Amino acid sequence: MATIIVDNRSYTVDERKNLLAACLGVGLNLPYFCWHPAMGSVGACRQCAVKQFKDDHDPSGRLVMACMTPASQGTRISIDDPDAKAFRASVIEWLMVNHPHDCPVCDEGGECHLQDMTVMTGHVYRRYRFPKRTHRNQSLGPFIRHEMNRCIQCYRCVRFYRDYAGGRDLNVFGAHDALYFGREQDGTLENEFSGNLVEVCPTGVFTDKTLFQHYTRKWDLQSAQSICSHCSLGCNTTVGERYGIVRRIMNRFNSQVNGYFLCDRGRFGYGYVNSDKRIKRALVRPALDRTKPAQPEGVPQVLEIIGERLRRVRGIIGIGSPRASLEANAALRSLVGPQQFFLGVDEQEHRLLSTILSILRTGPVPSASIHDAEQSDAVFVLGEDLLNNAPRLALALLQSVRQQPMERVDELKIPRWDEAAVCNAVQSRRGPLFMAGHRQTWVHEYATDSYFAAPDDIARLGFAVAGRIGPDAPSVPDLTNDVRDLAQRIADALTRAQQPLIIAGTGSGSQATIEAAANVAWALHQHGKQTRLSFVVPESNSVGLALLGGGRLHDAFDSISQQKADTVIVLENDLYRRAEQAKVDAFLETAQTVIVIDSLEQRTAAHADVLLPAATGPESDGTLVNQEGRAQRFYQVFVPDGDITDSWRWLRDLARAKSPEADGVTGVATWNTFDDAVSATAATASELARIGEVAPPASFRVVGQKVPRQPDRYSGRTSMLSHLTVHEPPPPPDPDTPLGFSMEGYRGPLPSPLISQFWAPGWNSIQAVNKYQDEVGGPLRDEMPGLRLIEPVATKAPCWFTAIPPAFQPTLHQWLFLPLSAVFGGEELSNRSPAIAERISEPFLSLHPSDGARLSLEDQVTIELALQGMTYRLAVHLESSTPMGTAGISLGYDASGVRVPVWVDLFKAIKTGHRRRVA
Amino acid sequence: MSQDPTRITMERPLTQYIHPDGTPRLLREYVTNGGYHSLQKLVTGMAPKDVQRLVGESGLRGRGGGGFPTGSKWSFVPMGPDAQKPKYIVANADEMEPGTFKDRILMEGDPHGLVEGMIMAGYALDAEVGYIFLRGEYHLSAQRLTRAIAEAYAEGYLGKPLPGTTFRFDLHLHSSAGRYICGEETALINALEGKRATPRAKPPYPQTVGLWGQPTIVQNVETLYNLPHIVNHGSAWYHSLSRTQDGGTKIYGVSGRVTRPGWWELPLGTTAREVLEQHAGGMLAGVHFRGVLPGGISTAFMTEEHLDLPMDFSSIPPQVGRLGTGTMIVLDDHTCPVGFVLNLERFFARESCGWCTPCREGLPWVARLLQSFEEGRATNDDLALLDMHTKWLAPGHTFCGLAPGAMAPLQSALQFFHDDFERHIGLGRCPWSNKPAQLRVLV
Repeated sequence: MATIIVDNRSYTVDERKNLLAACLGVGLNLPYFCWHPAMGSVGACRQCAVKQFKDDHDPSGRLVMACMTPASQGTRISIDDPDAKAFRASVIEWLMVNHPHDCPVCDEGGECHLQDMTVMTGHVYRRYRFPKRTHRNQSLGPFIRHEMNRCIQCYRCVRFYRDYAGGRDLNVFGAHDALYFGREQDGTLENEFSGNLVEVCPTGVFTDKTLFQHYTRKWDLQSAQSICSHCSLGCNTTVGERYGIVRRIMNRFNSQVNGYFLCDRGRFGYGYVNSDKRIKRALVRPALDRTKPAQPEGVPQVLEIIGERLRRVRGIIGIGSPRASLEANAALRSLVGPQQFFLGVDEQEHRLLSTILSILRTGPVPSASIHDAEQSDAVFVLGEDLLNNAPRLALALLQSVRQQPMERVDELKIPRWDEAAVCNAVQSRRGPLFMAGHRQTWVHEYATDSYFAAPDDIARLGFAVAGRIGPDAPSVPDLTNDVRDLAQRIADALTRAQQPLIIAGTGSGSQATIEAAANVAWALHQHGKQTRLSFVVPESNSVGLALLGGGRLHDAFDSISQQKADTVIVLENDLYRRAEQAKVDAFLETAQTVIVIDSLEQRTAAHADVLLPAATGPESDGTLVNQEGRAQRFYQVFVPDGDITDSWRWLRDLARAKSPEADGVTGVATWNTFDDAVSATAATASELARIGEVAPPASFRVVGQKVPRQPDRYSGRTSMLSHLTVHEPPPPPDPDTPLGFSMEGYRGPLPSPLISQFWAPGWNSIQAVNKYQDEVGGPLRDEMPGLRLIEPVATKAPCWFTAIPPAFQPTLHQWLFLPLSAVFGGEELSNRSPAIAERISEPFLSLHPSDGARLSLEDQVTIELALQGMTYRLAVHLESSTPMGTAGISLGYDASGVRVPVWVDLFKAIKTGHRRRVA
Repeated sequence: MSQDPTRITMERPLTQYIHPDGTPRLLREYVTNGGYHSLQKLVTGMAPKDVQRLVGESGLRGRGGGGFPTGSKWSFVPMGPDAQKPKYIVANADEMEPGTFKDRILMEGDPHGLVEGMIMAGYALDAEVGYIFLRGEYHLSAQRLTRAIAEAYAEGYLGKPLPGTTFRFDLHLHSSAGRYICGEETALINALEGKRATPRAKPPYPQTVGLWGQPTIVQNVETLYNLPHIVNHGSAWYHSLSRTQDGGTKIYGVSGRVTRPGWWELPLGTTAREVLEQHAGGMLAGVHFRGVLPGGISTAFMTEEHLDLPMDFSSIPPQVGRLGTGTMIVLDDHTCPVGFVLNLERFFARESCGWCTPCREGLPWVARLLQSFEEGRATNDDLALLDMHTKWLAPGHTFCGLAPGAMAPLQSALQFFHDDFERHIGLGRCPWSNKPAQLRVLV
């Protein structure tokens, strides 16, 4: 630590920081633009100028840029110095030379860093009297609006997009005062993290196009803390709502998980909440007659009908959901009994999840957070397409490859915050990143080595690497020379690293790659390395569901077909995604009563005898466990209309309807509030025992007050319902959380799960997060970053996996079909969001060019393919990265019931279509 | 002056053999006149550190305008077996300073001198690769350097270890895609790497983190030409060439309404009066001297009272200005000083790289203000705004030296020609222009 003197007051700060970060960290206000806590200093905007004095006897001092000056011991500066203040006001005056001052019509208005900084410097009067430059704006696709005239040329957009996130199609063009930040030509921004431009841009150049479509000022948004439900990483988000419409998603800082950035699927995938396909009313078939369509009915009547039926059934089974909260799943489990509770994931996923859980529980190596991944200095990915399955983790890998070159930066005594110098020193040097998989993405450009092969071969590579690292790990015979050399290179790089990370997952459907990954990590652990494992799983609560435990889906099917049960409750799940259509059809047909609780119309819901409208994430409270095993709480943002309510409340009501006698009621029927649900869930499995500690209970108060979801500048409260009533209705009650649906309540320091919007006096933009951190860029004050539920015992001896598969053998007629997921289109809920829907690409089949030649298929031709009883129209992509003898298939959501990996005779399966491109 | 012919030639080591007819000195002639002789010294046992020491002792200072002592610049380059490799020598031949043409004279007339100087610098710093970053418009220099480099490769001066040593030097010519800022050494490095020509943050300096992140010395062309001569004749001889403590000669040039515009290699420390009156022949008839930019447009005006200052890197007091490149532009009484400065500021505004705010936004504002003076629309408030810019666009406030350089002529013009600025306001037109005064709307 170092002592610095700012305006004659001493502060103790971290000497590894720059003066700007140090000043912000101790709560001083100093304006800035080009600096960003995650992207370091480049000294472009000159906004953070302060006066630095050599010593006590230096009367004049000199202006320095705080962001480019180290906070070294004894540094004496002045923020309030008249010269420094005047210079900072001048910088704003220069920036305003060309800024259009269109705040009233600008989407950024009210949360604009440029507004905040302008007010902070005190610049008010325009002296520039000449013409302003104007630009033509570009159409950048469904996510981002572009308004270049507002640009203040801080370069943050290109620094984020290109340098941090690996994008290529956004750049800075021109020179002097005619700079242009955009694409070479109009077109959709390609990078999967483009949405962060909305937050990175200090003003309104890049704004959220989905917000624009139902625009609301930040101060008019009712907001609450959420957890992204569109993949397994559990990024923290802030969801904003007004008039019952979710308006936008912003990043919510969590130092251990997503930090400052989200992926576009997470940011723009919320549209499903506002969908006209939402189920809003409780529906029931009249007299539960299968021949009649389900009709809206009053909730009490529906419950009475169901209760009547439930009391007479032979047996009820419940099918849970990897996208529903722990509490909802636990409620179902309680209602039907643990023996009749089934996980609602397909057979293969069930098996892979069990393997992953057992590796994390019994092996010595802990799972990695995204933050851990960013800090890793060597990474080996086995068979997982991170960019499409867990995008934010792919972004973390782009940071991990910077770790090893940092050794040189340290040797040169360049401070790590000095991004400008770091870039010059590091250049294109990258630390080790090895990627083995069956599909190439642009992230491979960052890889030291890429290996494209079938899952079995990838597993063999992994086992071989493990065998070379740890003498106890089984080794692999009969490797080709190339693979043996590659395994050696990977083993060498991993053993040279300090914090290696091994990543695998369920994405390729291969048990062997998961086991191989575990062997590599364990071998490294034995080698004394601080090793981490990361397993990507399919959905936002896949791990939570697996921790809760339940039967296999085919046993659920069997119990109906074998007439052990006749009634099924399906919780937030479309079974057609989980099994072949014929099986699901038979199952739903045979079951006497099908009760579905879900939020959106879907294929299973269409078969429901009783359909109950479930609240989506932003309409409910719950706990999700991410792929790391981290339990995190999401909060209800607003009160939905119609009959929509939390799934656990529906299940509670079903339980009560089933046994209406008030006494003798047990289990879910006794739950009244969310906290009841949490404590009951905590009691279901030992690993869940502490989930109540994830966030404060509903009884939490500060000075006797709840925490408001609405900002204190929320407008129109007295008038927004005036078309219905001139009386201001009381705010809806919230018995479940310490939050209130109102403006009233406590505003001040809070445990991080309760921060509904980042805001501080003078800091209206998302940059206000600085004011919630003790050390800028570090954890939030009172951060509760979720709770890791699985911590292995580091001293445990690994129980090596020994089932090394034989090498993959292509066959003459059969191709091994492998799944290809898609960041846009590969997830059930975000698919239903209009902005995401625009980015979903057509289904395709990917083949190696030599396989294409064998099948007489040219690139980009359209074929019809018969697969598991269905016919699909697909484009053919010939890609040399597709392993020979395999076929990658990307079918999108509609065909997600297709079971892969599977061997298919393509000579037979390809029905019609042009094998050659039509000229 | 001495009548001894060798003595006379020794007074102009850089240009003595340059053909007056503009044809280049080719390899054979270059070698006959003693060219590549300095490399013999290396072969016969002069170690890199000896060369470094010699250059340090010679008092050689960078001729690009900064005047930084070459010896101390080199001392920051990591040496020895643990030093990062490769290391690079870059010749800054991006001579885009308006009014400056000294490097062109050297490269067109004597291209091998640059090649030899770069090999010498490479040897001294144990650097194996050199780049000549040449101004894009210097087509003739490009042709002649290309030929000289090919000749040097053919003769084994480049691309092979020097006889008896393990030192081998490779040299590449890179013609710039343009922009004034490429003359700034770190912007030059970025441009050479194929990036935007934006200056880099310093520290680290190129000596440790330069081209491709490697140790790099960027040196002006004229500086490099001096090296073989220093190695051949020693530091005492080199000191004796100059009139002041800075060693060697300087190519001075004069443009403007003088009798004989041109260039002359003269002892460093020659006064401006001597250059202007003896060599350039004084002002044209009927034209009077008002001021001079001593070395490119980012130096401050010097007026009559400063003309007897020795023109070197240490004799001009900082409050007066600096030598810069030594190629002078003369302002006369037939030229409007405001228009003169407007022309400069327009250039600077256009050549700003756009990286930092004060330069990117301030310079176009300054240019527009000066334009309004010329149009007779300026007010006293505009004078205050010009003053504000000269105050804030100062070294350290901006990312690099471009904007402070742009303020040097403006600030000195506001000081020396203040009356002329006020006359523009008072008359409502440029006093040097025939156009009628502007109608002014008072708000």
